[in-house]
Amino acid sequence: MENKGLNKVDLIFEKIDAKSTLEKAFAMTSEQIIEQVLESGLKGRGGAGFPTGLKWKYTAAEKEPEKYIVCNADEGEPGTFKDREILDKAAYKVYGGMAIAGKAMGARKGYIYLRGEYSYLLPQLYIELYKFHKLIVEIGYDFNIEYRMGSGAYICGEESALFESIEGFRGEPRNKPPYPTTSGLFAKPTSINNVETLVTAMMIIEKGADMYVKLGTKDSRGSKVFSISGDTPIPGIFELELGMTVQEFVNAFGDGDTKAVQVGGASGFCVPRKKFAETIIGFEGVPTGGSMKLFNSSRSMYNVLHNYLEFFTEESCGQCTPCRVGCQQLLKGVEMVKKGDSKSAYLNELVKLADTMKIASKCGLGQSVGNAFKSIVENFREEVIY
Amino acid sequence: MYHTGNLVKDLAEKHGRKRESLMPILQDIVRKHNYLTDEAMVEVATELDISAAEVYGTASFYTFLDTVPRGKNVIRVCKTITCSMKGKIEIINAIEETLRIKVGETTPDRMFTLLETNCIGWCHKAPAILINDMPYTDLTPESVVDIIKDYMRR
Repeated sequence: MENKGLNKVDLIFEKIDAKSTLEKAFAMTSEQIIEQVLESGLKGRGGAGFPTGLKWKYTAAEKEPEKYIVCNADEGEPGTFKDREILDKAAYKVYGGMAIAGKAMGARKGYIYLRGEYSYLLPQLYIELYKFHKLIVEIGYDFNIEYRMGSGAYICGEESALFESIEGFRGEPRNKPPYPTTSGLFAKPTSINNVETLVTAMMIIEKGADMYVKLGTKDSRGSKVFSISGDTPIPGIFELELGMTVQEFVNAFGDGDTKAVQVGGASGFCVPRKKFAETIIGFEGVPTGGSMKLFNSSRSMYNVLHNYLEFFTEESCGQCTPCRVGCQQLLKGVEMVKKGDSKSAYLNELVKLADTMKIASKCGLGQSVGNAFKSIVENFREEVIY
Repeated sequence: MYHTGNLVKDLAEKHGRKRESLMPILQDIVRKHNYLTDEAMVEVATELDISAAEVYGTASFYTFLDTVPRGKNVIRVCKTITCSMKGKIEIINAIEETLRIKVGETTPDRMFTLLETNCIGWCHKAPAILINDMPYTDLTPESVVDIIKDYMRR
């Protein structure tokens, strides 16, 4: 187990000269850009962790002349707020990353899907976008970005639901395959990347893949922007090198009484105190899109679980039965056990239901409800029952 | 109820008459009138040459595209875990007392609607609310009342 400890990094918010980075990228061939990103080991920063270089490579390999790069800024996972900060402080690097991705795979058009809750940022984002478009013309390149807004639907952060929403439909996920790299937005080859992923890719082009592979571990390269909240004296946004244990994280951010950390938001995993030391934050341990919530011993983990299940019950798109009915039944089930209307052994049935949802649900929402459910029920069974 | 006048036609001119113009058009109507009336949705359907059921079906999927009357200022209180841990209930109580309405209701003068919403991305500054597009964070029962009173004076 590789353990890097807790180290602060400053890549995402570091000021750079966008013009020189973009000129450098545009002077490279598509293959060279993809090679750099592949070599860096960068995995998607939205949470799912698909290798970014591969996504770009697959999209680049498509023969279709019209392709899109889509920036997923529908940051809806409970406990995640780093993309808002990145757009607020470094939008020019998001736009730059999109142009570089566009160059890599032959896309001239980009869309940013921004969640409706962040509408208040639009005026300043448009000013930055105007400057960016001017810069692109100055460099003599052809690339254009448009904003599309969400309207309060968590599910639209799922890539195919996001495309449906941009196309003017209900945000219901599509069947896969085909994957977006073959048939995405408007049925064209599309690379859809998280806000932070695009900025990181730009920094890899700026500083080289060699710099990036020095950070993090074999399975989790680089650094990550964390959104830290809950029972902590220093809530906020911190960029840290990947490869620390939950214990090291808690030592730095806990309030001295941390009993659990929810890593990866409502769809992530709950790590109890006894597993802090052995759990690495990263793809080899608990993966995260950045959401880190700390809970101290004054918190009822039943309330936490109940809150998450209410969230999923409301945000399930309702299209597939395992997720729609599964979320409702899990919520009803834990309420019944708590009230004593059902025996505590009923929790075992609910765990089986969560397993079924993982196999049978159409998209990541239904598939990951079981993560929080099982890790809380298994580690805090007494709190859920009594 | 409100009359859309030329609004829908103007928005169709601005955003286009393709299917993908639907969301921006509906979002702009809500920005101006706070919710979508049946008449407005039928007008949009006519402009885009799609069925009204398609428009309603899409609108009703999205929490922020309300299809029931809403006040001029829509207050959405975040109810997800961190805000819930850090005093959401006290915030709601303070707003309910000030406006004399419950969650889900609109004031008789149609100035305010009070709703709960899922995570709005301000967990590090909880509790947080949105009033229309604007977030307000690190709230206390006192500060939220000041903010609401400020909106009353506008």
